[in-house]
Amino acid sequence: MKLKKKIPVIDQGNKLGFWGGKFGGNFVPETLKKPIEDLEILFNNLKKDKKFIAERDKYFKNWIGAPTRFIKLENLTKHVGGAQIYSKVVSDANGGAHKIYNATVHCLLAKRSGKKVICGDTGAGYAGKMLSMAAKKFGLKCKIFMGAKDIARQQPNVKAMKKNGAEVVPVYSGSQTLVDAVSECMRFWVANCDTTAMCVGSTVGPAVFVRICGWSTSQISRELKVQLIDEFGSIPKKLKLYNCVGGGSSSFGFWNEFMDYDKKQCEFIGVEAGGPAKSKKHAAPLTYGSKIGILHGAAQYVNQNSDGQIEETESISAGLDYPGISPLHCFLKDTKRARYTSASDEDALKAYKLVTKFEKLRPSLEPSHAFFVAIADSKKFSQDTIVVVNSCGDAYKDKGILEQRLGKKYVKSN
Amino acid sequence: MLNPISAAFKIAKKEKRPALLTYTVAGDGSKKQSLNILESISENVDILEVGVPHNTPVADGTQIQTSAYRAIKNGIKINDIFNIIKKFKKLQKNKPVILMGYYNMIFQYGENNYIKKCKASGVNGLIVVDLPWPENKNFAKKCKSKSIYFIQLLSPTTTNKRLRKIIKDSHQMNYFISMLSTTGGKLKVTPKEILKNYNKIKKIDPKKHTVIGFGITEKTIGKFKSADGLVVGSAICKEITRSLNNRQNPVTNVSRLVKNLKKKIR
Repeated sequence: MKLKKKIPVIDQGNKLGFWGGKFGGNFVPETLKKPIEDLEILFNNLKKDKKFIAERDKYFKNWIGAPTRFIKLENLTKHVGGAQIYSKVVSDANGGAHKIYNATVHCLLAKRSGKKVICGDTGAGYAGKMLSMAAKKFGLKCKIFMGAKDIARQQPNVKAMKKNGAEVVPVYSGSQTLVDAVSECMRFWVANCDTTAMCVGSTVGPAVFVRICGWSTSQISRELKVQLIDEFGSIPKKLKLYNCVGGGSSSFGFWNEFMDYDKKQCEFIGVEAGGPAKSKKHAAPLTYGSKIGILHGAAQYVNQNSDGQIEETESISAGLDYPGISPLHCFLKDTKRARYTSASDEDALKAYKLVTKFEKLRPSLEPSHAFFVAIADSKKFSQDTIVVVNSCGDAYKDKGILEQRLGKKYVKSN
Repeated sequence: MLNPISAAFKIAKKEKRPALLTYTVAGDGSKKQSLNILESISENVDILEVGVPHNTPVADGTQIQTSAYRAIKNGIKINDIFNIIKKFKKLQKNKPVILMGYYNMIFQYGENNYIKKCKASGVNGLIVVDLPWPENKNFAKKCKSKSIYFIQLLSPTTTNKRLRKIIKDSHQMNYFISMLSTTGGKLKVTPKEILKNYNKIKKIDPKKHTVIGFGITEKTIGKFKSADGLVVGSAICKEITRSLNNRQNPVTNVSRLVKNLKKKIR
């Protein structure tokens, strides 16, 4: 299996949508074949269309607020004593997380295809919140599917979705988390694909959704590349990019523009959710060597039993609480372009405490996983190593969990 | 030898009625009960579809999901399902059985192993919900070489060009999804409209048996008498759930329901 240079990774799949010949694809009911093909044609045309790209960039700049900040975490760097630690503050984006890029692009595509309704799934609630914002902005009706367990633990985002006029549909099946929300959203699309567009909230699902999402979040690395050159004059010789990985949309977007650099110069480190330290359950299929299986239309490494039933996951972070992983990351793992590890719930909380103690930054529980590993690694790195952590979400949505686990003083108000 | 599926269609045609196909989930309400249901309904059913329960079924509505989750909770494993079919086939050698499920279960078992096990337990056909054409070409070929029908699904969204290609590759039976819906949805299109689409499909190759499924219940089944076959699934799963909730015997209740369904298409 080989990663090709000079071809965007999203376009390295084969005719049937498989990366490396085995990850991704379109394992979908017959009813969805035509809508997916339509979306593929539309997307393939529009991504080459200069006018469309200009339109996208206009909204990214004026509405989302591109570029998001790239900052040095001076105090944390001093405290850790090793590599220079920076953060790309993607949570600056309108709405507070990277999910806004994919949501915006999907709404632009829905408008072009003449659809009046858009449906989407959400775990932490950010994908749903952003889709509700974008739908409102572009005059689309919006329906969000969310696991009942996630609705209970991510209330601030639920409120935001409702405020934006979206209908939030609670999903009570299975583990009542993201995996079930995605299934239910796909079911809704099967029954309504003639009038409704679907936005899959991460780089998962049938191949075209993986591609659209990766194309959208790549804005993050486009900005970062410019910012790195501004700061250092060129791309640093020892650059390490840390990102949490759930479905894998923020990490893929954070890395995409650096794909062709040698990994000795520019290393990618993905941090999965290891779950509670004492639990056997986790949401880290790459770290723990899960087998390939089919989930939500795509072949990927996925937590499952020997029969092929998808296993329940456990993580403090709703946004990472997913048994599978993007086919793009399976591809990056097997081609050895990126390396993957995990952090536990407790690790993430520790990192959150440390980052908020030293910096004016409030990473949500998802990027807190990445911060934990980045901080631990930085101690061992030389001072000329540049570590960048994607702070891809804001912790406001986690205030309930943080208050419960760490006490009131750790909950910072808006 | 003629595949029992084709034989069943032949008999129904001779009796000038559509074939009746039922769908029940293996292991619902228990392993034993699901076998008893198959045995008990088989006198009124032409082809039995047996569902392999999966816990992320993206095309199934509430009724079948409930049955599937219940079966999984009861501890059903894929080998138990093959055993159920084997036992059933010992009693009813010629009653055709179709296994219906999602691809991951087959993928984990190994395609070749799965087909071998199907053959050994007496499965006559396979429906794989999330393995559409052309992705299913190889697997379908493997099935054919063991005289197992791979049943292609066709939908109202399938374009004419695609219909022709799929039907050309298909074995003797196709499954037409009546409307845009998950299983168990209410009929949201008129029977007339559904039959119009159905006839368009039949015309492409009249010799291939095509059944209609999704939205077929006691109420609606009588309106589709001109089809080769009709599938009732969610209505049966619902009856099992209702029976269990009321502490009644699902075997007798489902048998009664199936008897009524049969009456309506005679």
